[in-house]
Amino acid sequence: MDILIFILKIVIPPVLVLNFIPLMIWFERKGSAYIQERRGPNRAHILGIRLGGIIHNFADVIKLITKEDIIPANVNRLYFIGAPLIAIFVGIVTIAVVPLADSVQIGEKLVHIQVADLNVGILYVFAISSLGVYSVLLAGWSSNNKYSLLGGLRAASQMVSYELALGLTVVGLFMLAESASVSEIVRHQGPHVLHWNFVQQPLAFIIFWIAVFAETNRTPFDLPEGESEIVAGYHTEYSSMKFALFFMAEYAHMVVAAALITALFFGGWQVPFLTTLDLKTQAPFYLYVTVLTVSFIALFFGLLLLSQFKKGKYRDARDYEVLVFGIPLFLLALAGGGSAIFTGPWALPEWGRVLFAALVQATSFGIKMTFFAFFFIWIRWTLPRFRYDQVMNFGWKGMLPLALLNIVVTGVVLLWKGNHHG
Amino acid sequence: MGDPIFFYLFATIVIGGAIGVVFLSNPLSSALSLIFSLAGLAGLFVLLQAHFLAAIQVLVYAGAVMVLFIFVIMMLNLEDCKKHLKVSFASLIGFVIALNLAIVLVMHVSAPLFDDGVSDKTFGTIEGVGQLMLTRYLIPFEIVSLLLTIAIVGAVILAKKDNPKETT
Amino acid sequence: MNNPYLAIFCLFLFALLLGVGFVIISHFIGQKRPSTAKMMPYECGIDPLGAPRAEFSVKFFLVAMIFIVFDVEVAFLFPWAVLFKGFMKAGLGGFVFAEMMIFMGILLMGLIYVYGKKALKWE
Repeated sequence: MDILIFILKIVIPPVLVLNFIPLMIWFERKGSAYIQERRGPNRAHILGIRLGGIIHNFADVIKLITKEDIIPANVNRLYFIGAPLIAIFVGIVTIAVVPLADSVQIGEKLVHIQVADLNVGILYVFAISSLGVYSVLLAGWSSNNKYSLLGGLRAASQMVSYELALGLTVVGLFMLAESASVSEIVRHQGPHVLHWNFVQQPLAFIIFWIAVFAETNRTPFDLPEGESEIVAGYHTEYSSMKFALFFMAEYAHMVVAAALITALFFGGWQVPFLTTLDLKTQAPFYLYVTVLTVSFIALFFGLLLLSQFKKGKYRDARDYEVLVFGIPLFLLALAGGGSAIFTGPWALPEWGRVLFAALVQATSFGIKMTFFAFFFIWIRWTLPRFRYDQVMNFGWKGMLPLALLNIVVTGVVLLWKGNHHG
Repeated sequence: MGDPIFFYLFATIVIGGAIGVVFLSNPLSSALSLIFSLAGLAGLFVLLQAHFLAAIQVLVYAGAVMVLFIFVIMMLNLEDCKKHLKVSFASLIGFVIALNLAIVLVMHVSAPLFDDGVSDKTFGTIEGVGQLMLTRYLIPFEIVSLLLTIAIVGAVILAKKDNPKETT
Repeated sequence: MNNPYLAIFCLFLFALLLGVGFVIISHFIGQKRPSTAKMMPYECGIDPLGAPRAEFSVKFFLVAMIFIVFDVEVAFLFPWAVLFKGFMKAGLGGFVFAEMMIFMGILLMGLIYVYGKKALKWE
């Protein structure tokens, strides 16, 4: 049992991150299509099933993995191959300290729903992500290409500049939570929305949010790969799966960044206004409400899909895709909603309540995280790119002093509160 | 994780990295083996329960100082340097100083080396470090800020000196 | 089993294996048809001009140096922040706050010096 929990704890979080990557790519494509009024992926299908374009990602994977793996002449092979490995390594392991739900009591043991509850928590994330600089530096240097080198240098300078702001913002959170552990920061925020850190530390939140955009090299900070100036930056010479690793790493970084924003500033797994105890004791009622709500939503979407059915639209299997999803959705909605109405709130055993509470919390975490992950894409297709001097000046003259100011203000407010209430 | 196997693993990484620094001919490879060595040292700190020190070790040394090293190596565009084992006066002095340092270190370190480590539970944790820093070592802590400021000034002056043409 | 760092260690191995696995798979599955043109550094279709590892601005170097200094400052701030409320409860809040303000103030002078010398000004 212990071994099983141990293995699950290690495997589930990174696998969740990896599975989020295709979803992010789908967001990127569909999102850009909707934002800029053009067509997203709508052709690739398996037996007529397209899942709104998600199937396109499978085609991508097959394409990337079967492409020729070019290693140009005169590159330093060891570093050329090592660089994407560092990138994906950093992308995956940083999720380790983010809790997905409140700790669960199994038998005698308290199980944390995360890889490891480290007491240095967020410092671990910073330490590991500071190593991510080497992946871009090495990729740029080993490629033996001017654009790569320039891209690598730009990326490295930008990352270190914004890493400072990132490090300084969490100092305010440490002062409030009296701990560097992410789980402790989440627990300290509590279920009340006004006690979450984006209200308590608004300046820190905004700085952190901007800084992670720069750290992940996303628009408006995507100068390291600004295609109008330096082709594709540090991964110009990469092809096949090694390029895919950089690509995956970028999305993995975004996912982890979204998870961190959620955990540090938006209460992590906290469900608004409901403590873990509330969820457990009232589990039957909330389960009842959840089943009814989900059934209603499923009914709505099932009917929506069914109404889209038009024979002969594509004249192949794709015609029936809406039926394949619509009918089961409709039937499930009827079955779920009907059984909930007639058999009423069900009594739940203890383990059922615990499981329900954990699942609701994980869902709460997932919804918040997905929003922030989507936000990266929203920004990318909305804002233009900065100039490099703007990026550096903004980092050193805007973000750094503001982050320092935030610490001073937090300290003064804490002292003032201590004197007047303590 | 009290298993000695981890100690030997990390110790091997530290020493192997250090040997790499000295013997690899490509300066960039040397720098990277130094990173490995520092990361291994962080692993040893973890074994000592000094988690904060481990994180800071990676954050500051492996993640910041070594970035500068690599920038410099890239900027100077150093080619593989041939190791010439010519005995010069300078290398002789260097050897004597290194030997001296080694003797001093061995004399002072060997005694508690096989002791089961640190008795103080807060050693190297974030609370332990903070407690010492803000009370007992307050003056050194404040002086560090002066030292760092001097470092900034030095860096700016050095960088400016290189480019007298630069107008802004 | 109970040491969280063991889990972290295993996660490191997992992540490394994953990356290495991907590279090896694509190495074997992907086709191999090398040609001279394909192996040349990419430069928008023309033959590469000049040295690939050209010298670059000293600014990058300066950024790295100043980054180290402030990274060390951040490292000092972490334990202070974690202990701040504890010191407040012991009635030493103001004292500890002042300590850090002096520390940050001195470093701020360094930062102002950098701004004044326009060392971080990119054009």
